Parts: sequence; C-alpha cells; structure tokens
Amino acid sequence: MNRLCLIGSTILLTITLLGILAPLIAGNPYKTNMAERLKPPNFEHVFGTDQLGRDVFSRVVWGARTTMVVAITISAISMGLGCFVGAVSGYFGGLVDDLIGRIIDVFLAIPELVFNIALVGVLCFSYGASIWNVVLAIVVTNWVSYARVTRGIVLSLKEREFVLCEKAVGAGEWYILLRHVIPNAIGPIVVLATLNMGNVIMTVASLGFLGLGIQPPTPEWGQMINSGKDYITTAPWLTFFPGLFIALSVLGFNLLGEGLRDAMERRSYVER
Amino acid sequence: MSKDRLLEVEGLRVKFRTKAGEVKAVSGVSFEVFRGERFVLIGESGSGKSVLAQAVLRLLPDNAVLDGRVIFEGKNLFELSEEEMRRIRGREIAWIPQSQSALNPVLTVGFQCAEPLMEHYGMKKSSALSKILRIFDFLGIGGREREYPHQFSGGMRQRVLVAMGISANPKLVIADEPTKGLDSEKRDQIVELFRKIDRTMLVITHDLRFAERFADRIAVMYCGEIVEVSPAKKFFDEPLHPYSRGLLESLPSRGLKPIPGFQPSLINPPKGCKFRERCERSFDECAKTPPLVRVGDRWVRCWLYDRGERA
Repeated sequence: MNRLCLIGSTILLTITLLGILAPLIAGNPYKTNMAERLKPPNFEHVFGTDQLGRDVFSRVVWGARTTMVVAITISAISMGLGCFVGAVSGYFGGLVDDLIGRIIDVFLAIPELVFNIALVGVLCFSYGASIWNVVLAIVVTNWVSYARVTRGIVLSLKEREFVLCEKAVGAGEWYILLRHVIPNAIGPIVVLATLNMGNVIMTVASLGFLGLGIQPPTPEWGQMINSGKDYITTAPWLTFFPGLFIALSVLGFNLLGEGLRDAMERRSYVER
Repeated sequence: MSKDRLLEVEGLRVKFRTKAGEVKAVSGVSFEVFRGERFVLIGESGSGKSVLAQAVLRLLPDNAVLDGRVIFEGKNLFELSEEEMRRIRGREIAWIPQSQSALNPVLTVGFQCAEPLMEHYGMKKSSALSKILRIFDFLGIGGREREYPHQFSGGMRQRVLVAMGISANPKLVIADEPTKGLDSEKRDQIVELFRKIDRTMLVITHDLRFAERFADRIAVMYCGEIVEVSPAKKFFDEPLHPYSRGLLESLPSRGLKPIPGFQPSLINPPKGCKFRERCERSFDECAKTPPLVRVGDRWVRCWLYDRGERA
C-alpha cells in the first residue's frame, strides 16, 4: 500500500467518522450558553466555546457533515455532467466537439472563484439563501475540468483496437461509448475527482467565509471562521479549529489523490 | 465445390487523404469468395490487405475514400445505410481483428463474446453467456469466460477473438493476421482451430506457411493490387507472378532468398507494373500497367502471361 494513500485515507476516514458519529460524540451545535461564552479549550469544551457559548468541538464535528455532504454532492454532479459532456465531445468529434471545446475554453478563461462568488450572489439575491445555491454555483465551473480530462482520455481510447472490434460485431456507437470506452476512463477520472474534492472543500469554505455560502446557524467551517475572525486575538480557537479541519480535509484528499495517481501510473507502466 | 459466390469485390479502391498526400492503399482490387471456401489473401505489411478487409465491412476512418462495389449475397454493402450495415457486421460477416489488444481490458472475455448475441438476437445476458460456454469449450478455452483479457496468453486471446467472431454464427469470417506474434507451434494450433470452425473464411496474412496449410485459394496482393489468384496447391507448386515466386523463394525451406529492394510508397506508386523495379524478368512492356489475365483457372497481373483472356 502506497504511503501517501495511507496517510490521506487515514485523515479522511477520521474526519468522515467524526461526521458520521456526530450525534454520539458531539453535543448540540446550536445550544447557546451566554454564561459560558468565549471559554478557551478545557475538559468540558475541548475546542472551547464561541461568542454565543456554543461548543466549538460540536460545531466543528457537525460541520464535517455539512462540508462532506456538500462537497460530495458537488463532485458527483460535476463528475456526471463533465464526464458525459467530455465523453460525447471526444467520441463523436466534429461540430459537437468544436462547440463543447469552445464552451470549455470560455470557462477556463474565467477565474473560477470570482465566477462562483458572482453566481452565488445572484442566486442568493433571486431565490434566497440555500445550500443549493452553493452546489449549483460550484458545479457550473467545476464540471469543466472533468469534461476536459474525459475528452482527452476518450480521444485516445477511441483509437484503441477494441473499439474497432466492437464496431465490427455491430455494436452501436452509444453502446460502445457507455459500455466500453467510459469504463476504461474511470481510473484517471477517479484520481481527478479525489484531487478535485480538496478544491471543492476550499471553495465551499471560501464562500462560507465570505458570508455567501451556507448560512448560520448551520455549522460550516468557512462560515465559523468568518464569525470567529472578530475574536482572533482574544479567542483564536474560534478560527483555529475550523481552519485546521479545512486544511486537514484538503490535505487528506490531495494526499489520497496523489497516491492514487502514483498507483495508477505504476500499474499502467507494468501493463505496457 | 459449388461455385456459389458469397462475397464479390469489384474494382475496390481505397484512398486515404493525409497531410503527406493521398495514400492509395487499395487500387482496383477484384476477387470473389465462394461459399464454403477458405480464401487467403497474402501480402507484405503495407500492401493494403488489412485496409481491404476493413473496407469490406466499412470500418475505415472518415478520411478513407471508398470506390467500387462489395457484393455480399447480392447486396452491395457500399449502398447500405449505416444501420443496415450494423446488422451485417458480426451477424453476417464477422471480423477477427489482428493483434490481441482488440479485447476490452475491463470486461470479462465471456461478456465480450456474448455481446454479438445480445446485440443481434436480443438474447438475455444469461442465455447468451450459456451459448458462449459451449463455444469456449469447443475452442479449448472452456471454463475461462469469467476471466479478463490480461489473464490470457497471446494464443489463448486469439481463441477468444475467434469465439467472439463466430458467436453470432456469421456466414463469412474475415480474419486479419490471425498468426501475428505467435510462435510456430501456436500458429499450427490456429490452423487447426480455423479448420475446426468450418466456415467460409477470408484470411489475410503474410504467413505463407499458414496459407499453405489452410487455404483453398490464394490471392497475392502487392502495393494495393492483386497480382495473382490461384488455387493453393498450384500456387505453391508453381507460382506464376515473379513476385509470388520471390515470396516463395524467400521462405527458409526454399532457399531463404530475399526479394531485392523495397515495396514502393503508396503515395506515389510507380507507373506501369508496380513490381517492375524489383523484378528480375522485367522488360519493355512492364512500363505499361499490366492487366489481370487468365491462365487456366488462375489469374495473374504480369506481361509475361499476356496471351490469355483479360479480366
């Protein structure tokens, strides 16, 4: 087992487990207690309490749930959309490919985060704040990298002899694409998805920090840093722990992604 | 043998438009394959023989320009719609690709062989697989249908490809270089295997030993043209075309004498007889393009034989 993978997956497993076990190990993240506000970490509140006397540990642990669910939803939708569009573009080529290629180029030319912020702002303004604004705003930019990578892989896969062989037994183009070509592209796409998860978590937290993402009182790491930033000199634990968890989860996905990529490369090296 | 034509190829031309110019891969090829016959097309690498096979099934990429007629059971395949063509592929005419990388690495071999049945006969996966089991047994790879291509050796993979080709019970099987990359013992096994499947076959190869042991009739291709068509025995006893003779003399058992020179480029093929520059017996006539002439039950494209009937 690859060491990077091992470290990455340990971190992620821990965070995920914390999130899953939140109802058992963490208290109520919404319960305020003005008598206990801004207490530094102690035995009762291991991460301290915030300006409303809420337990920071509970909020961080419940926040892991929010972050993971939102990030996975975003990645799954972008992956599905991006892979489909990219695969169709690469496989069928021609006018469709030109059109999709230009759309991808346009998206690549726009700074992602700026576009996310603008979009989430517009959505908030038109439809009110909701988690779905964040999901939609990030998916709109995030599918592009999947489309680009899948298109590239499909372009090379469609020249492989097994595709010709499938045509020779009379299989239809869509069948070949879905049943034969895409399953062969899964490896690199999984690597991309893993590496991409880190970016998505960062973006979700950034939007939260800017007050555009998931709204309080729902516990979310970025937004917790935002509300803790006024106390950064007097109560640094309010920003430190959510920040630590953002950093750890991004690190976890990056390590796992790098590890998977190494593993894939080694395997493909052996195959050749 | 009944003279019932299953496949007729008439004046087939294939050109590829490339950046380097137009590549005339196949220039005016005509031949026919009779029902029940084992027809072997011989040629060097780059003589256009694989392209020919793919042209028959219309599997060539978009930059290929096809001309001529390919008649299968009375239908001109070049006039069919893509959808009609799809029903011919695999079901009427099967293609066994060269090289063993033609299998999808992420699907089991059993599933891949069952696909033609599911595709053409609407069979359920389970009943298609059970039919495949019998074919696998018949081909000597029984019990391995749940394995993946990388678990098979080259020779065994060739058997999987054969199983895939014959699974939908096609009338004609086109095999492209079935002995490529196999050692001589494995090649002999492929000959046995191909005899066993007992079907009308068009085999494309540069393996003369395979051709000698398998073919009923042989066509020799050189530089995109057919230069000789002969019954197999006569071909090996007494080749007509100087190129055929050169090929046979290059065999280890017949003197290991190579043909001088190289096959000319298909972008700018020489005028007249394309073999002229390498031919020991060339004379003035050879500057003109020779016709395909009949010599008994054989055909040859050479001025040396221009006494008989012309095609």
